[in-house]
Amino acid sequence: MTDAVLLDAQNIVKHYGSVEALRGASFQARAGEVTALIGDNGAGKSTLIKCLSGAEQPTSGRILLDGKEVHFDSPTTARRLGIETVYQDLAVAPDLDPAANLFLGREIHRRGILGKLGMLDNGAMRRQAVEEFKRLGVTLQSTDVSIGSLSGGQRQSVAVARSVVWASKVVFMDEPTAALGVVQRERVLDVIRRVRDEGIAVVLISHNMPEVLSVSDRIEVLRLGARVARFHAADTSLEDLVAAMTGALTQEEAA
Amino acid sequence: MTATREIQSTVDGGFGKRSLGQRLIGANTFWIALVLIALIVVFTVLKPGQFATLFTFQTLLIETSVLLVLSVGMTFVIITSGIDLSVGSVLIFAGMVCGKTMEALSPGGNASTAGWGVIGIGLVAAILSGTIWGLINGFLIAIAKIPPLIVTLGTMGAALGAAYLLNNGSDVRSVPTVLNRTLGYGTSFGGVPNLVLVAVVITLIGAWLLHTTKFGRYTYAVGSSAEAARRAGIGVTAHLLKVYLLTGFLAGIAGFMSLAYYASTTITAHTTDNLNAIAATVMGGTSLFGGVGSVLGTVIGVFIPAVLKKGFNITQVPDFWQMIAVGAVLIAAVWFDQRRRRQRNSR
Repeated sequence: MTDAVLLDAQNIVKHYGSVEALRGASFQARAGEVTALIGDNGAGKSTLIKCLSGAEQPTSGRILLDGKEVHFDSPTTARRLGIETVYQDLAVAPDLDPAANLFLGREIHRRGILGKLGMLDNGAMRRQAVEEFKRLGVTLQSTDVSIGSLSGGQRQSVAVARSVVWASKVVFMDEPTAALGVVQRERVLDVIRRVRDEGIAVVLISHNMPEVLSVSDRIEVLRLGARVARFHAADTSLEDLVAAMTGALTQEEAA
Repeated sequence: MTATREIQSTVDGGFGKRSLGQRLIGANTFWIALVLIALIVVFTVLKPGQFATLFTFQTLLIETSVLLVLSVGMTFVIITSGIDLSVGSVLIFAGMVCGKTMEALSPGGNASTAGWGVIGIGLVAAILSGTIWGLINGFLIAIAKIPPLIVTLGTMGAALGAAYLLNNGSDVRSVPTVLNRTLGYGTSFGGVPNLVLVAVVITLIGAWLLHTTKFGRYTYAVGSSAEAARRAGIGVTAHLLKVYLLTGFLAGIAGFMSLAYYASTTITAHTTDNLNAIAATVMGGTSLFGGVGSVLGTVIGVFIPAVLKKGFNITQVPDFWQMIAVGAVLIAAVWFDQRRRRQRNSR
């Protein structure tokens, strides 16, 4: 655990017309740690993640990455700075094979004139994909079947792998295990731990409190569009989290 | 943490590629190819002297060339989970613009004796007019977000109407004789019709584009899940626009080929080309739901109705049966595709 804050969001405000989704929310994520972002439905978790990953632009507030102020006008900008997002629903192309999905939008071209014409080097992509999957502990029977024929857990593992392979700084995961069974969930959580151990800041949104407590290092709680509490996972109980989420417990210094 | 370790221990296994045989049996294309071969075998056995002749195959190939070019474009569109009903009308429009252009450039408005310079300009006119319809389709579908079925149903009528307007509803018949003799009926390499050569080259380029390039990969990705493609940073709108543009471009070339072959704009003859191209593509294993398909499958899909028709003609079965048989095969192909998808999604 380090104390260097990698991603620092300060007083983020986001309006949708007259609706105030975020009312000055702050959030910090550190490299090599899993930071859980929790809160009741409508607390503003997804909106905050969208603002921090470039999918939405905050109405006001500052975002610092490595101490420097940044503006994400699109997810592509955020991605270029090493910030990736894993979405709640399966964001893979089911008819493409795992390697094609891993490299989607970042294909490796062949060398020479054929590559200039747009020809892809499928062999190289497949080899690299197998290496990355092994590194992240993603098991697949075969690399040349479509993703759609894999189980839900394997599919989500590939989706997670696709984001973390390209992330050099921060990975946002919006309920990555929501649609999964017990064993599959454990597999995805394991991938999350491995990514953290490589020194990347992982931000996890989840409604599953035991999961949050088991996998995260720090926990930040949102309520009604603002941060109301921050915890170290090691010395926090389920009751504390629920109390913070429902408004029974508020830490003044957290906001 | 012990549970985690157990899960990891299986990592080293796997990552195999399936054997060629396994992949063949899993591929739709393999089965549809078997159907085609079976048809050829049956007709050859029934009428060996008449069916398995060079002449039969030459005419078979010539008659499918124009449809093949349309179907290659259709394959791209259907893989993006779109549809293009306008290809037949765009073909006629392109042929009409080409014919009128060549007439306008010829003395007395009769293009029969026109040379290659005029024909070249005619080709450019055909391709441009096809591409413009492709651009209109692409703009309305990708940018205005109108469903492709509606857009191309509209442009199907509009392109045909525009073609009628250009020559008051009658055909252009003064087509350069030299074009008809070379591209229309000429042969090269000891008997291969030139029209077929053009179709083969276009099909090979289409297969290369779809199966080995980034353009092809994005076509599959957009059709498989437009949202996933967008999240991966692919310009879905621009890609769809390009795909419809390509289909219009190919319909323009097909219009030129048709004009060369029939020596007439044949404005009443291509009204079912769109459905034939869709049927060929879908029979060849391209999924109407997008994300799946191959050019090879489409080639086979183009030949199944053609072989059936030829075979029925030769065996003196009324060839209306061909329409019924093709309809049945088409429905069966979509049914199999749907079952496959349902099985997959239930996992």
